[in-house]
Amino acid sequence: VTTTDQAASPTSGAGGAAPNPGPPTGPPALGPVELARWGWRQLTSMRTALVLLFLLALAAVPGSVVPQQNIDAIAVSDWKAQHPGLTPVYEALGLFSVYSSVWFSAVYILLMVSLVGCVVPRLRVYWRGMRARPPTTPHRLSRLPAYRTFEVELSPDAALARGVAVLRRRRYRVDRLEDSVAAERGYLREAGNLLFHLSVIVVLVAFAAGQLFGYKGGVITVVGQGFSNSLSQYDDFAPGSLFGPDDLAPVNLTIEDFDVSFLTSGPQLGQPEDFRARVRYSEAPGEPERTYDLAVNHPLNLDGVSVYLVGHGYAPVVTVRDGNGDVAYRGPVVFLPQDSSFASFGVVKVPDAVPEQLGFEGLFLPTYGFTMERGPFSQFPDALDPVLSLVPYRGDLGLDSGSGQSVYQLEKDELDTFASKDEALGADARIKLSPGETVELPDGAGSIRFDRVQRWVKLQVSDSPGKGIALAGVVLGILGLMGSLFVRPRRAWVRVRPADGGRRTVVELAGLDRSSGGDLGAEIDELERGLRAGAADEDAEREEQDRT
Amino acid sequence: MTTADFAAFSNNAIMFASIVYALAFLAHVAEWAAGRPVPAAGHGRQDVVDAGTTASRGNAEVPAAAAASLAPRPSHETRPVSADPSPPYPTHPDPAEGSTGERVEKWGRIGVSLTALAVLLHLAALVTRGLGSDPVRVPWGNMYEFTLAGAFGVSAMYLLLGRRYSLRWMGLPVTGFEIVVLMLAVLLLYVPAGPLVPALHSYWLVIHVLAAVVATGAFAVGSLASALYLVKERAARRGRVRTGGYLDRLPDLPGLDLLSYRLHAFGFPIWTFAALVAGPIWAEYAWGRYWNWDPKEVWAFITWVVYAAYLHARATAGWRGRAAAIIALVGFATLLFNFVGINFVFGGSMHSYA
Repeated sequence: VTTTDQAASPTSGAGGAAPNPGPPTGPPALGPVELARWGWRQLTSMRTALVLLFLLALAAVPGSVVPQQNIDAIAVSDWKAQHPGLTPVYEALGLFSVYSSVWFSAVYILLMVSLVGCVVPRLRVYWRGMRARPPTTPHRLSRLPAYRTFEVELSPDAALARGVAVLRRRRYRVDRLEDSVAAERGYLREAGNLLFHLSVIVVLVAFAAGQLFGYKGGVITVVGQGFSNSLSQYDDFAPGSLFGPDDLAPVNLTIEDFDVSFLTSGPQLGQPEDFRARVRYSEAPGEPERTYDLAVNHPLNLDGVSVYLVGHGYAPVVTVRDGNGDVAYRGPVVFLPQDSSFASFGVVKVPDAVPEQLGFEGLFLPTYGFTMERGPFSQFPDALDPVLSLVPYRGDLGLDSGSGQSVYQLEKDELDTFASKDEALGADARIKLSPGETVELPDGAGSIRFDRVQRWVKLQVSDSPGKGIALAGVVLGILGLMGSLFVRPRRAWVRVRPADGGRRTVVELAGLDRSSGGDLGAEIDELERGLRAGAADEDAEREEQDRT
Repeated sequence: MTTADFAAFSNNAIMFASIVYALAFLAHVAEWAAGRPVPAAGHGRQDVVDAGTTASRGNAEVPAAAAASLAPRPSHETRPVSADPSPPYPTHPDPAEGSTGERVEKWGRIGVSLTALAVLLHLAALVTRGLGSDPVRVPWGNMYEFTLAGAFGVSAMYLLLGRRYSLRWMGLPVTGFEIVVLMLAVLLLYVPAGPLVPALHSYWLVIHVLAAVVATGAFAVGSLASALYLVKERAARRGRVRTGGYLDRLPDLPGLDLLSYRLHAFGFPIWTFAALVAGPIWAEYAWGRYWNWDPKEVWAFITWVVYAAYLHARATAGWRGRAAAIIALVGFATLLFNFVGINFVFGGSMHSYA
């Protein structure tokens, strides 16, 4: 399909900038078939494909500006909280999930249709062109963009045979005519072009399949605990629109151990050097268990599921006793790192405490530091001098209200702090705990003990079907692209005319570049050298020297 | 040498490379100044040649080759390759033309030699930057290093292609570009040498970023050609190409257009590989999604689409010259925005280290 399709279309002016003369004098109305034909031609024209390409680029922009639901759900809710006025507008426009919105899909589906409409007719043309003979020698070769004429010491027949040989050697398809040779090369350019377009379609389809049938979930697992691949286990889960919960591979895994090392010297002090988790897993219940070292850039790839180590943090193990002295909570509590020093924020909820429920909120500081200006802070991300700095609360945790609650936040409406013993440090009591220490809460409300430091890892579990096909598609696409960019389609003709009674021959040589960017002059030089060579070896050598 | 010595050496090498680039820039300025004709006394501004005329208007200083390159081609819309066997880039006046040509040639050679020296220093800075961290690693692990590597890609591309395509006229803008970029990198992006963050512990860092650097270099040089095309085309339309001036000594418009196309055609498959093959494979390993609409990915895709449109427009719709040059510049703008804008404007990209 070329731009001439548009010019050939009788109504192409109607869609352009031509002033509309109004209904009475307008062109005759199109029937539904003509309208469909016209629409198809518009859609599959080059110009439309270009416009759609630019539209696709433009349509992708908002997704990089506005936070996206399936990438960072927390950022989306933050954004919505900050812009209550704009939120309904953005939601109506689908700006929080641009890449699955109607308008984005419309652009790329139209582009795909346009591609198909473009490629299919070209396949037919290419097939015919592949089998056709090179176009016959034009009458006046001198009019072509590259033209040479010279004499060789050969009979016309021999000169023509040499021409055939030279052109064949330079991989031309050759057609010997009566007194001339017609040749063409570079058929692979169009083949590459078609391959590229077809592979774009393959990649788009494979990508869409991955998006529709795949899923991505995140789960925080404390070291020593296990994870089994079912929906209820996930902290966040983003399924494709055609994904069913039954598609989850029944993997079980246990985090056996976790190692992290931080730089202890140099300008990047505190930067993590390496972290890896040792996991024990089985692909399905009853399958044998294996172990694997999970690290960044070293995922666990199983059939239908991949597990990645994407983050880590601290989960201090605490024991909380209530007013009666009974253990009301014992176990690790996940604290979320706030910055690169791994100062981590978290809460402990103790709903089983009597007489009143207890809650704790505060920081875990892996390497404790304190100044009057900053208050407590972490000096280093590794657990060298771990400290829990908590504010205790008592009252009603609000867990019975029915609405869900984040495990990382305290609902403080019905909670009270304890009075501080030292007013200089603030009105609210604050607890500082090192591992092994116990602090009694005021008024006999209970006690809290910091047993030891444990760590957690964040795993990402995902599956994107069709990734192999997508990769194959892109690689084929690049091959096709290189063919379409670097193969030079050319035509060349040689015509001979006897001179000097048939002992010498006047050779006419002409060439035509069928693409831009080629260096036709150099190519014709080569052909000329080939045609002259051998005719008079000395001449050719002298020629060679002249050139270099 | 210890690790710290290497890191210090790298910093010094960058400083010296900047200085030598600056000297090369000055040499190219001198080359350009030496080529300017001295207007004949009493003739006022006779040196402005109307782009529509081929005559040199009797100015004795006008080199014949320069005047010929001003001759309007039939139409650059038709076919950039003409049958005439002379190279399509008539750039330097023949040295045999007398003292002007000799001086131009001399300063031009000095400029290129200094640029080559600067590129060697630049390379040394990159190598020692890699040696300056423990363990030894590739020197493109953060924005400072990527900027240095990208700038090296640009100047190396210019030098490598320079012989084949006679690119000496590009010396002035390329060295100017290097000075500005190195200065910005040192002033705004510098971080001390150190080990990589764990996310970058992968051999894909070598493949992915190297491909991105090479493609960026090709696109940058290509955009330079496109930008100069637009400037020269505008000047020619207004009849303001001064004989012997900088614009005059650029290749003719079809030559600039063709050079730009070749560089983009070279860079595009490499960019495709960097952004759409190596990047996704690594993302699949590191993040579990080969394509996750990360802002960096989105903008790499936008860049890809714009350059695809450039090649498409040129190949099928026959858009040469102005329209193509503008698309090429838009493409380069998206590339720069991806590098600078995503990290400093938006934040929140998983490519925060690059």
